[in-house]
Amino acid sequence: MIEPIISISGVNHYFGSGNLRKQILFEATTIVEPGEVVIMTGPSGSGKTTLLTLIGALRSTQEGSLKVLGQELLNSSEAVRVALRRNIGYIFQAHNLLKSLTTTQNVMMSLELHTHLSAKEREEMAKDMLAAVGLSDQMAKYTDQLSGGQKQRVAIARALVSNPKLILADEPTAALDKKSGRDAVEIMRKLAKERGSAVMLVTHDNRILDVADRLIHMDDGILESYDLETEAAPEKAIALG
Amino acid sequence: MFVIPLAWLQLKREKVRLLIAIAGIGFAVFLMFVQLGFRDALFNSAIRFHENVKGDIMLLSTRSNSLISIQSFPQRRLYGLIGLEAVENISPVYVGFGLWKNPFWEGLPKSQTRQIMVLGIDPNDDVLSVPGYDTATRKLLKVEDRILFDKKSRAEFGPIPTKFEELQKQGKSIATEISDRKVTIDGLFELGASFGADGNVLTSESNFLRIFTRRDKGEINIGIVKLKQGADLYKSLEAVKKALPGGYRVNPTLKPDEAKEDFIVGEIRVLTKKAFVEVERKYWQNSTSIGFIFTLGAVIGFLVGIVIVYQILYTDVSDHLPEYATLKAMGYKNRYLLKIVFQEALILSVMGFIPGFLLSNGMYTITRNATALPLAMTTDRTVTVFCLAVTMCVISGAIAVRKVQDADPADIF
Repeated sequence: MIEPIISISGVNHYFGSGNLRKQILFEATTIVEPGEVVIMTGPSGSGKTTLLTLIGALRSTQEGSLKVLGQELLNSSEAVRVALRRNIGYIFQAHNLLKSLTTTQNVMMSLELHTHLSAKEREEMAKDMLAAVGLSDQMAKYTDQLSGGQKQRVAIARALVSNPKLILADEPTAALDKKSGRDAVEIMRKLAKERGSAVMLVTHDNRILDVADRLIHMDDGILESYDLETEAAPEKAIALG
Repeated sequence: MFVIPLAWLQLKREKVRLLIAIAGIGFAVFLMFVQLGFRDALFNSAIRFHENVKGDIMLLSTRSNSLISIQSFPQRRLYGLIGLEAVENISPVYVGFGLWKNPFWEGLPKSQTRQIMVLGIDPNDDVLSVPGYDTATRKLLKVEDRILFDKKSRAEFGPIPTKFEELQKQGKSIATEISDRKVTIDGLFELGASFGADGNVLTSESNFLRIFTRRDKGEINIGIVKLKQGADLYKSLEAVKKALPGGYRVNPTLKPDEAKEDFIVGEIRVLTKKAFVEVERKYWQNSTSIGFIFTLGAVIGFLVGIVIVYQILYTDVSDHLPEYATLKAMGYKNRYLLKIVFQEALILSVMGFIPGFLLSNGMYTITRNATALPLAMTTDRTVTVFCLAVTMCVISGAIAVRKVQDADPADIF
């Protein structure tokens, strides 16, 4: 059996301490297989982003078992999490590109950590990736010369260039208009499928639900999973927009 | 290992901010250069005479603090050393302050008279190496009431240097008075004004005693001892110690090495030439407020620099906080971000140092021409100020990096 990319089992998470301690996640349990595209929906404050940051190794897992790319993250050290992050592509709601760098350099930043590559290889990989997201003519531009959709596509290129087995995206279309949002997600899905990367995408945007193989709905820290190939998405998950 | 020089690219991207940073650091560097330069110049002006004395061992009265408050001691103490095997020559020096009358006085409200330092040196002895004081001019001083005037004296003494050369062509000389004694200027030499003395006059010991009628012959201020070629300095000091009457004492605050070159026998303080210079420098450094004031000025420059660089770095880190958090989410270590901040600090210190250095060089030239103070860019000071500039930026960086800790990808998104 192939090892799952993400394996979540009985994860609880709390914020605050003492009287103010508040439970955000309740016994979250699910598995994401290689190459699977999963969309996570749910109202604000339902714990979507918290779960995503746990999977992205941005936080330490407090309770339960969370394995990402075979690495157990329960009580993990900072060093373990930093190392794991290098194998995950992360796309944020704000593109968070580096203003001081050109688009090519921005994409190369995620390859800088892969020291076995030569400078020339990194640059070529970055350029190929930018071409793949349809930005071949914007490679020497600074990010403030790009439109919102173009910036998000650079961010996608940056997340995908190192061929991570897992891509996490936190509301990548929130700041985009309908068409560029749709385009960005389509590109992400297409490239992920080509490379066999799993995608986990948090969104409020019901227009893009059809790119997913599976839907995870979060409500008050409770996780429900729906396989979109065998069943239709539930009303409550779709009616968020 | 990292191909993209992020620190430099980030600084370069914000051109206005970079220029402000360079201007600020340049100003701090300038301030440090000027303050330290003035301090050194004033100290150097105070020891110019001492450095140019040609002698190996110096005798002073134990009551003397510095050249401007110098006390006298009996000449026979100095003559007592002439029999020593290692001694080549001895020479007494008289120092006094007289009232110089400006021969080209333009009338009130300017004062016609001004205090000037007069040095009385035996014209037969070659004990002072300054331009204009040579065998030929020394010979002139053997004539009664003849003096040499320091052309680097302050302008208040009158336009002596220009007038002297004009009149010399016509075969005339300038006559004036020092402390009501008529004297004739027979030549010009170059020593320079100092903190203690605005101007200098050189003459023979007998002419000195003619000007200062209340001074006794045989009560000298400095005794210069020249040793024979190849004579051992420390052995000679031992011999001097034995030859002088009275008990041997040393200043208890001196280190053993220093005490060898600076000790007291009876009423006489015995110094090597090196210690003679150092004692004068230390007087101005430690017993006056000058050293403190200028050092304080340099410290203020340093603090101003820290504040400016900190402000720049803090703003820069704040601006890039989401980007830094993103880098962390991508798997960059905290250390990488700290490195960027320190790299920026170092780049700024180097970039700010260059204009500061050039500006200070210009300032030194202007001041040197205006004040006749020995102000020049030295390698020592350049290195010192550069190190201070780097330290300044590193300290600011160390304060600013704490802001980087805020770049937590889990909290920002």
